[in-house]
Amino acid sequence: MTAPLLSIRDLRVTFPTRQGEFQAVRGVSFDLGRERLGVVGESGSGKSMTGRAILGLVRPPGRVTAARMDLDGQPILNLPERRMRAIRGGRISMVMQDPKFSLNPVMRVGQQIIEAYRLHAGGGRAQARAKAMEMLAAVQIRDPERVFDLYPHEVSGGMGQRIMIAMMLAPDPEILIADEPTSALDVSVRAEVLNIMDALVRDRGMGLIFISHDLNLVAQFCDRVLIMYAGRVVEELPARDLHAARHPYTRGLLDSLPRLDAPVDRLAVLEREESWRTEAIEGSMLDAQPGGLR
Amino acid sequence: MTDLSTRSPSTRDWLLSDAPSTRRQARLGSLYQGWLTFRANTLAMVGLVILIALALMAIFAPWLSPYDPVAQNLADRLMPPSAAHWLGTDALGRDILSRIIWGSRVTLFIVGTVALISPILGLLIGTVAGFAGGWVDQILMRITDIFLAFPKLILALALVAALGPGIVNAVLALAITGWPPYARLARAETLAVRNADYIAAARLQGAGPARLLIGHVWPMCVSSLIVRVALDMAGIILSAAGLGFLGLGAQPPLPEWGAMISDGRTYILDHWWVAAMPGMAIFIVSLAFNLLGDGLRDVLDPKGAKE
Amino acid sequence: MTPMLDVAGLDVWFGPAHDRVTAVRGATFAVAPGESFGLVGESGSGKSTILRAVTGLISGWSGRIAVEGKAVTAMRRDRAFQKTVQMVFQDPYASLHPRHSVDRVLSETLALQGLGDVDRRITRLLEDVGLGRGFRFRYPHQLSGGQRQRVAIARALAAEPRLLLLDEPTSALDVSVQAEILNLLKDLRAEHQLTYVMVSHDLAVVAHMCDRLAVMQAGRIVEIMDAATLRAATPREEYSRALIAASTWQR
Repeated sequence: MTAPLLSIRDLRVTFPTRQGEFQAVRGVSFDLGRERLGVVGESGSGKSMTGRAILGLVRPPGRVTAARMDLDGQPILNLPERRMRAIRGGRISMVMQDPKFSLNPVMRVGQQIIEAYRLHAGGGRAQARAKAMEMLAAVQIRDPERVFDLYPHEVSGGMGQRIMIAMMLAPDPEILIADEPTSALDVSVRAEVLNIMDALVRDRGMGLIFISHDLNLVAQFCDRVLIMYAGRVVEELPARDLHAARHPYTRGLLDSLPRLDAPVDRLAVLEREESWRTEAIEGSMLDAQPGGLR
Repeated sequence: MTDLSTRSPSTRDWLLSDAPSTRRQARLGSLYQGWLTFRANTLAMVGLVILIALALMAIFAPWLSPYDPVAQNLADRLMPPSAAHWLGTDALGRDILSRIIWGSRVTLFIVGTVALISPILGLLIGTVAGFAGGWVDQILMRITDIFLAFPKLILALALVAALGPGIVNAVLALAITGWPPYARLARAETLAVRNADYIAAARLQGAGPARLLIGHVWPMCVSSLIVRVALDMAGIILSAAGLGFLGLGAQPPLPEWGAMISDGRTYILDHWWVAAMPGMAIFIVSLAFNLLGDGLRDVLDPKGAKE
Repeated sequence: MTPMLDVAGLDVWFGPAHDRVTAVRGATFAVAPGESFGLVGESGSGKSTILRAVTGLISGWSGRIAVEGKAVTAMRRDRAFQKTVQMVFQDPYASLHPRHSVDRVLSETLALQGLGDVDRRITRLLEDVGLGRGFRFRYPHQLSGGQRQRVAIARALAAEPRLLLLDEPTSALDVSVQAEILNLLKDLRAEHQLTYVMVSHDLAVVAHMCDRLAVMQAGRIVEIMDAATLRAATPREEYSRALIAASTWQR
C-alpha cells in the first residue's frame, strides 16, 4: 500500500453544552488514498463535522483532538489559522451542499475563480484568467467566456455547483471534500456533476471524500464507504459490497429505503440499539493495528 | 408551604423537563430556559440589578431621600458633597441626592410611558403594513417615511412647542416621534414570516387575517421589538433629558435629571457637582438599559435560539 | 363515480399581469376517492404549485378545480372545503410555528374547525400519528424532524379531511425517519379512507405510496401512468424514461 494522502486516527470533536460535553465526532480513524471515499450517515451522525474538522473549520467553543491527522505525512491538526488557510483551498478543497450559499452573490463567477486561484497559486491576472477558463471548460461548461461574466444568481443550481467545483479545483488540490454536493440538485443535473467529479478524481489522481446521506448513490459512486452513527464509524467496506453490509445499522438504513425494483407493503423501520454507540468496528483493519498503518 | 418544600429539590428538573405535562409547566419551563441564558450573561445581570435598584429607589423615594427635594435653603446653596449633603446642593440650596432620588420617578414615568406607546404603535402599523401589502403598505410606509425624514429631537421640539411645555407633553412628543423605527422593524419581520409555511398551514385551517396577525405574526415580531426598545431606552432617557435641558420637559421645581443638568451648567466650572451628579445618574441608567438589551437579545432573538 | 379531485385545463401563474410567470399550463387529471395519486418532476416543473393552487394559497389560476364534484372559485375557500382538503408541507422545520406548542397548534386548529371536546380529540390525534400524550405540551424545538412531521400530519388530520395533499412530506427527513412517516401515512390512509395527492421528486417513494402518477416537466403534465409502469420503467414518453433512468447514477 502506498502512503495515504490523508491519515486520521481517533478524531474527536467536542462541544461544551449546559448538560456537559457533547462529542459530535467520537474517535474516527481512516486513511484516504487516491480514491473516492464515501462517508454515509444520518443527520447528526457527525459526517459533516468530520469534514469540517479536517479543514480546521470547527468554530470555538468546539474543540478538535486527534491522535493523528496527517496530510502527506505532515501533521495538520490545529495549525495556526494562517497556515491552515494555505492548506484549505490550496491542498484540500471543499464543495458544500448548496452553491447558492457558497458563492459570493455580488461578484462575477469568473472573478471568484481567479481570486481563489491567485490566493493559492499567485501569478498574473492573465494567467489566472486562462486557468479559470480552463477550469470552467473542465467542468463541462460549454460557453466559459459567457459564464465567466455572470453573477451567481444568473446561473442554475447545477451550473452553480459546477462553478463551485471549478473554483475549488483551480489551485489543483490533492483532496476534495464534497459535503452533500448533489442533494440540492435535480437528478438529471446530479448525474452531470457526479460525472465531472468522477473524471477529475480519475484524471488528476485526487482523493475525494464524498459525504452523503444517500446510500445508493454512494454505493454506485464511491470506491470505499464509511458508515457513521452517533459520531463513530460503525462499518467500513468496499462500496460494491455495500448491499451486503453486515452491521445492523447499515442493513436497517438499506432496508428502510423504498425501492423501485422491490415493492413492499410496509417499509422496514430501523430499531436503534444502544450498543451501536459503543461497540468496536467489526472487520476494520484499523482496529487490528491501533497504532495505525504506515 | 409543605407542598412547595417537598417539591423544591426537583423544581429545576420539573422546569427543564423535555416532556412537560401541563400547559403551565411548558410555559414556565420555557421562561426558566430563557432566565438561565440571561443569567449566564454577567453584564446583562449587572444592568438588571441597576434597573431593579432604580425601581426600588423610585418606589421608596419618600423614605430614602434625606431632604425635601423642592425645599430651598439659600444659606446652604452650592455646597460641595459633604456628610450632610452627600452629593452637594444646587443653586437654590436643594439637596442633589434627594432630587436625584425623586427624579428617578420622573425618569421611570417617561421611560415607561414612551416604551409602552412607541413600540405598540410601531408594531401595529408595521405588521399591518407588512401583512396586508399593496396600497395599505404603501400608505403606511410613506407616512412612516415622512416621520423618519425629520430629525427625532427637532420633531419632538416642534411638537412640544405646539402642545406647550410640560412633562406629559414631552412624553407624548417622544412617543409620537419614536414609533417609525419600530414600524420599520416590525414590517421587516412580518415580511420574513408572512410567506412561512406555518402561516400557510394556519390559513388552510381557515384562520382569518386578524387571527394570523395577532396569534402568528406578532409573537415573531415582539421579541426583536423588546430587544430594540431596551437598547433604545438610553436614547429615550437622553431625549427626555434633552427636552428638560431646553426647558421644554419637566417644569421647575419638579426634579428631572435633564433639567437639573441644565440648571447646573451656569456653575459647571466652579461647582461641577451640580451638573455632574444628575449626569452620572443618566449615564448609569442608560448603560444599564443597554446591558439589559444585549442580554435580552441573547434570550429572545429567534435567530439565536436555534439550538 | 365523482372524482375526489378533478383538475382540468389548469393554468397557474405568479406575479402581476404585465410580468407574469406561468408555472403550470393546462394540467388535467382526476383522482378517484380513496386513490393515492403522485405528482413527480424536477424542481420548477410546477408539481407543488398545483397543490398550492388547489388549496387557494396561490390566487392566480384559471381552469377547473373541483373537489367531490364541487368546483372551487378563485376566491377564498369556504369552511366546507377546509374540512375536506388539508395539506402537509415539505419542511417540518418551517411548517410549525416556532413559538406555538403542540397543544396550541392542535387546539387552535380544532377551534377553527368548530370542533369541541378538545382534550379528547388532541389525545386521539397524537395517538393516531404515533406520538404519546407526553408530546402535547412540547414546543417544536423540543421535537425531532420526524416528530415535527407527525405533529404537522396531526394538524392536517384534525379537521377529519377526506383529501390530503402531501407536498414532499419526507424529503427533509433522514431515510429511517422517512420509512416511519411513509408507513404512518399508509396506515392513516387505510384507517380513515383518505385520498392522497402526493408531490415528490423521489420516484421510489412515489412508487411505494401511489397507485397512479403524473410526470411533469416545465409546467406541463407529460404523461399519466400507473405505479407498475414506473416500476417496470416502461413509460410512453421519452422524458419519463429519461427521468427514471437518471434516478440511478451509472458510471
